[in-house]
Amino acid sequence: MKWILVAAMVSATVLSDLLQSYEMKRAGEQTVDARGLMKLLRMIARRSFLILSIGCLAISFFTFMVLVQREPLSFAVPASAASFVLEAVAAKIVLREHISVRRATGALIVLCGVILVGG
Amino acid sequence: MTATRKKQAYAFRLGVILVLFLTLKAAGNLSLALGMKHLPPASPANPLAYVQAMLDPFVAAGVVALILAVLVRMALLSLADLSFVLPVTAVGYVVAAFLGRTFLHEAVSAQRWLGTALIVVGAMVVGSTTHSTNGARPK
Repeated sequence: MKWILVAAMVSATVLSDLLQSYEMKRAGEQTVDARGLMKLLRMIARRSFLILSIGCLAISFFTFMVLVQREPLSFAVPASAASFVLEAVAAKIVLREHISVRRATGALIVLCGVILVGG
Repeated sequence: MTATRKKQAYAFRLGVILVLFLTLKAAGNLSLALGMKHLPPASPANPLAYVQAMLDPFVAAGVVALILAVLVRMALLSLADLSFVLPVTAVGYVVAAFLGRTFLHEAVSAQRWLGTALIVVGAMVVGSTTHSTNGARPK
C-alpha cells in the first residue's frame, strides 16, 4: 500500500511542477511580500495551467498526509523525492532547460543522498 | 545599476526566497506530522477523514504553512529553473531528518546522516550553476 501511495504522489508532483515552472517563467519575476503573495493568488485564479497544477498538488498533498500518518516522516519525506529523476528529464525535454555537466553531477549527488536517507 | 550589481541583487533575492521556502516547508511538515500522529489511521478513499483532520490545530497550522510554502516556491520558480530549484530545495530533507529526530524522536541512522551530507554537497554544486537557462526575466 505504501508504494501505491508513493506512485500516486510522485505522478501528481511531476505534473504539478512542470505546469507551475512553465507558467511562472512566462509570468516573470515575482516577489514574496504581502502584495506579491496576493498577486500570486490572483494569478492562480486566472491561469488554467496553474489551476491544474494546484489540483495535482492537492492530490500529491493528500496522498502525503496519508503516507505521513502510516510511515515515519523520515521515510515519507525522502520517498517523495522519487519524482526527482523524472522531473529533471522532463525539465530538459519539456521546459528546454540547459542542464550542464555540473548541474547534472550535483543533482546526481543529491539523488544518491535522497536514496540513502530513504533507505 | 551595473551588470555585476544586478547579478548580486538577483542572487540575494533568490537566497532570501529559498530560505523562506525551506523554513515554511519544514515547519509545515513537522506540524502536519505531529497533528496526524494524534489521529486514528484513515483510508485514503475517505474524504471526510481529511476534513476531520483539518480540525486538529497542528494539522491546520501545518496546512497554512504549506500553502504559504507553495506560493513562495512559485516565486522561486519565476526566478530559477525547475532543474535548479529541485536539488537546491532538497536541503529540506536534511532539515526534516533533524526535526524528525528532535521533535518526533524518530531514529536517524548513520546511513541517513551520510545521505543528508550528500544532499548538502550536491545542493551546493547545483547552487553554483546558472540559476535560469530558459528565459527567467529578473527585474
